Amino acid sequence: MQWIRQTFAVLALNVRTIPQRLSSSGVAIVGIAGVVVVFVSVLSIAAGFAAAMQSSGSPDRALVMRSGADSEMTSGLSGVDVDVIKQAPGIRRDGQAPLAAAELVVIIDLPKITSPDAPANVPVRGIGPESIPLRSEFSIVEGRMFKFGTNEVIAGRAAKGQFVNLNVGNTVVSGQNRWDVVGIFESDGGVAETEIWIDARTLQGAYRRGNTYQSLLARLESRDSYDAFRDWLTSNPQLNVSIRRENEYYASQSQALTRLIRTIGFGIAALMGIGAVFGAILTMYTAVATRAREIATLRALGFNTGSVLVSVLAESMVLGLIGGTIGGAAAYLAFNGYQTSTMNFQTFSQVAFAFRVTPQLLAMGLFYALLMGLIGGLFPAIRAARLPIPVALREL
Amino acid sequence: MKFLPLIWKNIWRRKFRTVFTLLSIFIAFVLFGILMTIRYSFAFGVEIAGADRLVLIHKVSLIMPLPVSYQARLQQTKGVEVATHQTWFGGIYQDPSNFFANMAVEPEPFLKIYPEFQLPPEQIQAWRNDRQGAIVGRDIAQRFGWKIGDRVPLTAAIWLPKGGGTTWEFNIVGIYDGGDTVDKTQMFFRYDYLDENRARGQGQVGWYVVKISDPAQAVDLSRTFDEMFANSAAETKTTTEKGFIEGFAKQIGDIGSIVIAISSTVLVMFGLVAASTMAQSVRERTSELAVLKTLGFTGPMILTLVLAESLFIAFTGGLLGLGLAWLFVQGGDPTNGMLPIFVLPPRDVVMGIALMALIGMLAGLMPAIAAMRLKITDALRRT
Repeated sequence: MQWIRQTFAVLALNVRTIPQRLSSSGVAIVGIAGVVVVFVSVLSIAAGFAAAMQSSGSPDRALVMRSGADSEMTSGLSGVDVDVIKQAPGIRRDGQAPLAAAELVVIIDLPKITSPDAPANVPVRGIGPESIPLRSEFSIVEGRMFKFGTNEVIAGRAAKGQFVNLNVGNTVVSGQNRWDVVGIFESDGGVAETEIWIDARTLQGAYRRGNTYQSLLARLESRDSYDAFRDWLTSNPQLNVSIRRENEYYASQSQALTRLIRTIGFGIAALMGIGAVFGAILTMYTAVATRAREIATLRALGFNTGSVLVSVLAESMVLGLIGGTIGGAAAYLAFNGYQTSTMNFQTFSQVAFAFRVTPQLLAMGLFYALLMGLIGGLFPAIRAARLPIPVALREL
Repeated sequence: MKFLPLIWKNIWRRKFRTVFTLLSIFIAFVLFGILMTIRYSFAFGVEIAGADRLVLIHKVSLIMPLPVSYQARLQQTKGVEVATHQTWFGGIYQDPSNFFANMAVEPEPFLKIYPEFQLPPEQIQAWRNDRQGAIVGRDIAQRFGWKIGDRVPLTAAIWLPKGGGTTWEFNIVGIYDGGDTVDKTQMFFRYDYLDENRARGQGQVGWYVVKISDPAQAVDLSRTFDEMFANSAAETKTTTEKGFIEGFAKQIGDIGSIVIAISSTVLVMFGLVAASTMAQSVRERTSELAVLKTLGFTGPMILTLVLAESLFIAFTGGLLGLGLAWLFVQGGDPTNGMLPIFVLPPRDVVMGIALMALIGMLAGLMPAIAAMRLKITDALRRT
């Protein structure tokens, strides 16, 4: 009990005198804050991208592609295939009509708003009338839905924010094609919001695709009817297709990029952390050195070594806490929700997403900051505890 | 020069502090070196792109095919040395996570256009003789343990074979090498093999690469090409190879500025550590400096003494750090193929050295000026 009281007494003294050692404490705080900013902001890129991909798919829908295709871009289905697939059991039916739509995707070059001279690969998705009721998360937020059989298109909200000329009333020019933008849609923040949607038949005509598609999206009767649906298709000798749940398809596409960003983020943060620990060690040694006499006095008065040790460690962790909080707050204010887009290599098309500074990332950053404070304080604390009292009292 | 021992003594008066300052600058420059390598890697070697090479892609987008018939018309254009085409194959070796670039090309013009790919003459001959022959980069051969004579199966993602199934087989007939900045993780095989055996898409190619005799004509020739194919089913867009790669890199996003932002944070942070330590070390020595002045040291001499000390720390820590980063980069790409070009560009080494000088100056300048202006009487009275 007394030990704890002593520890708190010394700690309070230490913390109260931090302002007197502002420039030296500042070094440790700035160092730790810098590490946390970089750590949290780099990982928020990965978190944002993964979140965009995860909200893109639903386990209630299944995506059918040609066997061996690793993405919609490399897949191909004929009109005949599509008719056969729509017969499969397990598809939810609206009266007689199956809730399934064959779609195709073409990539066109449009300039980005941030770098108008460099083209970006924007996916244009040809959809059928069933494509809309299939996706319950879809909604028009501006203008109206396009009319099938015309040259009208609708653009995703993120696409409108990233690429030039995608406002309602604009015309998209690609090669010899001209499409009128009549609406803007949302889709739960998913990948679809980076796309432009058009009537599949108009798109087939524009790019001489005949009656071919790339994928078929089907709404399942229930989550469990997936197996029946898949087995019927894979055992059908007329077809050569592979089936995946839509959410799994998108999740697998985010793996390569998120892994790369995480590797880089953790690597940089680890190296920077070592540097910040050096900064903290310097600070704490200075703190101990300038107070050698006070510490010796306390110990001469009967304060025990443990209290001194813990109090120095705790002071160092307080610095870590301050640095971590400043760093986390800075990363949150500067980057949370920052809109950007990158290229998804599997589909070769742009995906817009927002950086996400999640509570987990902030907690991780704070934990890391405390850890740096702890390690930084360790040796100075041992030194303070071991300080020979007579020598320290005689100093100065 | 005769003051070197004095500077040396001053640097090590508090060994512990100096060592830690050195270490933090060391870490800062290890990071700087690695970050610059990553930045360069994401630029896809744009700085080495040939100024005499033009790339023609479909006007709608890179993934739309062009007809093979354009080659003859390009080749006949005045000012063109060699015109050839390439086609993205996108084959998968065993598992999709083993991603690497594989393309169908025409061997002879390909090697003529890209002299940076070095291939022994007997291997070129072997490629000429074997329709299923393929050449691979040294790095990718090492990664998968491929040797000349191996038969390698790839699973088709785009082009299915005519005979059914999804597998294409290739014979490794050559292993190309090249300088640091050449991507050695690619595989090239013969277009005639692809075109004869694919189920659909006969006569289509991915894009064209044209070597022109005079780089100054690049703009004019680009316009000529695009006009040549205007109003056809496949209109083209021609750019220099540099412009093409830059555009591609921009698609991924502005990695460059993110990396520069991180590097600046790192350097500012560690510069601050160095500066604060330096200032403290000078402050502690106020009375000694005053004694030196009494002994006849002039203000500028004191300034030099203090600056020499901080520059020494900045350069020692910085050069060791950059050296370690360089060694690390020599070890090659740690991500297994995601960063094919992994080198520390000499330009960034020079910049690093300039930054060391800057940090050393900034850290030492304030305390040095304070020390120079010191009034002997004040300083001696202070303690």
